Amino acid sequence: MADAALAAGTVRPVKYGSISRDRKWALRWSYFFLVLFVIFFLMPPVYMFITSIKSKAEIAAVTNPWWVYSPTLENYIELLSRNQYLIFFRNSAIVSVCVVAVTMLISVTAAFALARMKFWGSATLATGVFLTYLIPDTLLFIPLFKMFAWVRDTTGIELMNHWWTLIIIYPTLSVPFATWIMIGYFASIPKELDEAALIDGASWLQTLTKIFIPVALPGIIAATIFSFTVSWAQFLYPLAFTTSTDQLVLPVGIVTTLIKGDVFNWGEIMTGALLGAAPPLIIYAFLMDYYIAGLTAGATKG
Amino acid sequence: MADIAAQRVSTISGDQRTGLHKLMQRKSTVAFFMALPLILLIAILVAYPAGYAVYLATLNKSMTKFVGLGNFDFLFKRATFWDIVFQSCLFAISAVIFKAIIGFVVAHFVHNIPSKGQRKWRGMLLVPWVIPPAMSTLAWLWLFDPSYSAFNWILVHLGMHGIPWTGEANWARFSVILVNIWVGAPFFMIMYLAALKSVPEQLYEAASIDGATWWQRIWYVTLPMMRNIIAITALFSTIVTFANFDIVRVLTSGGPLTSTHLFATWAFKVGIESGDIPLGATVSLFMVPILAVGAVFILRDISKRGSEV
Repeated sequence: MADAALAAGTVRPVKYGSISRDRKWALRWSYFFLVLFVIFFLMPPVYMFITSIKSKAEIAAVTNPWWVYSPTLENYIELLSRNQYLIFFRNSAIVSVCVVAVTMLISVTAAFALARMKFWGSATLATGVFLTYLIPDTLLFIPLFKMFAWVRDTTGIELMNHWWTLIIIYPTLSVPFATWIMIGYFASIPKELDEAALIDGASWLQTLTKIFIPVALPGIIAATIFSFTVSWAQFLYPLAFTTSTDQLVLPVGIVTTLIKGDVFNWGEIMTGALLGAAPPLIIYAFLMDYYIAGLTAGATKG
Repeated sequence: MADIAAQRVSTISGDQRTGLHKLMQRKSTVAFFMALPLILLIAILVAYPAGYAVYLATLNKSMTKFVGLGNFDFLFKRATFWDIVFQSCLFAISAVIFKAIIGFVVAHFVHNIPSKGQRKWRGMLLVPWVIPPAMSTLAWLWLFDPSYSAFNWILVHLGMHGIPWTGEANWARFSVILVNIWVGAPFFMIMYLAALKSVPEQLYEAASIDGATWWQRIWYVTLPMMRNIIAITALFSTIVTFANFDIVRVLTSGGPLTSTHLFATWAFKVGIESGDIPLGATVSLFMVPILAVGAVFILRDISKRGSEV
């Protein structure tokens, strides 16, 4: 419809009345405000980038903060040649990839069972999954902290201060929503499709792998992206459960090691934050439609 | 599906009842086992800790003695606690309202422009939501830096005084809310945009033929059609904002003094940093009421949908 409005505005001369003129002005105002909002929304990341290519001396000299007089890559070189930052990155990458794998394994099978193979209590469970999604990490970290101590006392397995512990807890954040998305996608697949497969003698597992997963692939991609971004961005659990510098993941690593006391090395902090924000941003840039599908699935399918 | 296939089998040969029964049983057993990892995960790592938090809240500091509601009693007598209740409500309510308004307005602007350009604008406007909040808040921390603030540089060059963004209680509150709005508004925008696209064009045409102004079109067509999405997005956001941790933790750590602490950040400070786990658990339990309200609304919504179908 907006196309039509524009076409009407450009093709037809303005003399035909106020509607097309109004629309033209509405369009101009829309662009004007959109530019303002884009400036507001993009200012912090842009400022991150500006600071990241400044030298220490230039930052300390309090020149125009919005301009770079002598761009340099020294922050990037320094950060990437230091082992510590690479360890954070590696920990984050391993944790996120494992969490995605675990999440998809759990949520796709469970969603299939809940969407197609009803069993006693399955409807309640589907609702429960969604309610679980509402329970925030900020409510669970203290009892989990205590539970880890209990596990150590009874089994001798130390869960505190290990990055792999995060692989166990992050799925609590990603699985409920991923399952919810997948239930929605699976439920939208016509029943005739899997009935045909079952009549042809396919097992339930074959129906899942040969029919449901291929057909619901957009949903699976959306759920994968969601799980990845959630585990990449998670901040509270690693802050509460890991302390040694070789066990930290990126967000916590940057906040706790690059900010030491009152010494803020802003060039490096901004570089670290920008590089840390890069993986989700890159995924978003290439798979925007899936990202948005996953984002809106909760409300439109719920 | 299988039931129908099985039914057909049973009508053909009526005496295969036990076989049918077995099949049904097997199907639900398989389904149960497929859902079992999910059930275990939720039971062990979500439901149990949530209940355990309630139990922890009834213990004394060294966790040796049952004190009943003693921790609540202790909190109610502390002025800091009431400050935090106030700050959490102020933070969540004002942030959600502004996020909703900005999201609604921006969604309209995006919806207004020709659809082939919308993708590009939408892509740029969603960036704050994509960046991990802990990272983007670092950028805000640097923008608000007491001595190098890039905002104050602009203000000073415009002949005004610099603002103590994170140094003074009310400005610090303003700053954390601002950052929260910045992070969350794009989410509202994307939800409202999806909702706007689903409003049938004929309704607007009918409204304009009836001589409705643009305000009347929004009030009588757009808003009623979007009511569900607006409600659910606001509900989600309220829950998430009440439970917010990252932004305050990175930007102010609750300071100056305790003037920007929320339930979550204060629970972390009390429970993990000061080592009073029961008191920390008690503080975090104050996020439950808003959660319960959310749960009730969503359950109602789900059962309504169930009866419609």
